[in-house]
Amino acid sequence: MVRLVTHNLLACHAKDCNTNNFPLGFQNVQLEIREAEFNPDFVRAFLPKIEWNALVKTARELGDTSLPDEQPEMVDDDFLQNLHHVLFELHVIEGAMVCPNCKHVYPISDGIPNMLLAEHEIA
Amino acid sequence: MSRPELVAPPEIYYGDSEAKKYTQNTRNQQIQADMTYRALELLNLPPEKPAFLLDIGCGSGLSGEILDEEGYNWVGVDIAPSMLEVALEREVEGDLFLQDIGQGLGFRPGSFDGAISISVLQWLLNAETSHPTSSPPHRLQLFFTTLHSALRNPSRAVFQFYPSSDDQIQLITSIAQKAGFGGGIVVDFPNSKKAKKVFLCLFVGGGGGQQEIPKGLEGEEEDGKARFERRRERERSRAKNGRRRTIKDRDWILKKKELYRKRGKEEVPRDSRYTGRKRKPVF
Repeated sequence: MVRLVTHNLLACHAKDCNTNNFPLGFQNVQLEIREAEFNPDFVRAFLPKIEWNALVKTARELGDTSLPDEQPEMVDDDFLQNLHHVLFELHVIEGAMVCPNCKHVYPISDGIPNMLLAEHEIA
Repeated sequence: MSRPELVAPPEIYYGDSEAKKYTQNTRNQQIQADMTYRALELLNLPPEKPAFLLDIGCGSGLSGEILDEEGYNWVGVDIAPSMLEVALEREVEGDLFLQDIGQGLGFRPGSFDGAISISVLQWLLNAETSHPTSSPPHRLQLFFTTLHSALRNPSRAVFQFYPSSDDQIQLITSIAQKAGFGGGIVVDFPNSKKAKKVFLCLFVGGGGGQQEIPKGLEGEEEDGKARFERRRERERSRAKNGRRRTIKDRDWILKKKELYRKRGKEEVPRDSRYTGRKRKPVF
C-alpha cells in the first residue's frame, strides 16, 4: 500500500542522485480507495512535515483535485477531511515510481514498492 | 543457539515456508511482542501525541500489529519478499517497502518521530559478496547516516539485536556514533542466559539537556523460576480442571465462522480485517 502520506516522504536514494530527486513520479498506476479511520490530531501534527507542492502535484496526477494550490493558513475540518482522504485513503496498488532526476524506476507490485538498488547504484 | 544469519542472506533464508513458520510460531510471536513493547518503552515517545514510526525489518508485521494496536502510524521496510507477503495477508495497517537497509533509506529529512527494529541488525554483519558496497561497515554506515537524517530532531531509534561478540557491538556503536547518533547499549537481564536482550538505544539531537541512556532491566526474568516451571504448573491445573483453556484468537474465529457457513447457518458476520481484533484503548 503506497499511501500519499509515505510517498510524500520518499526520495530517490540511488548513488549521486541528490538534487531534484523528489517527488517520485507515478506511472501506470492502479488506484484503490480504502476507507481509513480519521484522526484529526495526527493529520494536524503531520501538516508541518508535508511538502505541500509535491503533495498537490501528486494528488492531481492521481486525479484528486480536492486540495488547494497553496496550503491554507486556517485549518478547518473540511480541509482536514480532504487532506485525510488524500493522505490515507488513496492506495497505489500496482504501477511504478520514477525518480525525476536519474529516472530510476521503482516498481510497485501488490502495493509493495521495490526500493532495491543494483550494485552500481549503491552509494 | 543457532544463528540463521550465518545460514543465508535474509531474503533467501526467509523464503515462503520459513516466513510462514516464523510468523505462526507462538513462541516467536510472544518474544517479538515482548520486545516490541520494551522497544516502545525505550523509545519514550511523548504520550497523547500521535507519532509516525519506522519499523526497520518489519518482516511479517508481528511488531507492526502491536504498533497498530497502540494507535501509531508506521512504515515498515524489509528485504524478504516472502515475509512482506505474509504481512499483506495479515492486513497490517502500515505501508510496506521492499528495501535493503544496507543500501541506505530513501526518506526525506525529519520524516519520522522514531524508529524501532526487532532482531535485525545482526543480519547486516555478514558480507554476501566481495564487492566493496557489500562490506558490513560500509552497509552499516550507509544505513545509520540515512536513518539519522530521516529522523526528526529530537527523537530516538531503538534496535533489539543479537550480537555474537563484543566486537560486533563495538563496530555497530562506533559507526552509529560517527553517523551522528548519541546513546548506547541497554542490556536487559544481563545475568540470564535466555532472557538476556541487547538493545541499541540511539538518540538524534538532545535539545540542550543531555538525553540519558535508560537502564536495562535487572534481576532474573519475572519470578526467577526456571523456564518450564510455569508450563508445568499450567498443565497441572489443566489436568485438575479436566478441560483445556480455550484460545479464541483470530484463526479460531475464522475457522468457526467458516464452519457455520458450511453448515448453512444464517447471518454469519462477514470476515474483515477487524475480525477478532482487540479495540484500541482510545475512545
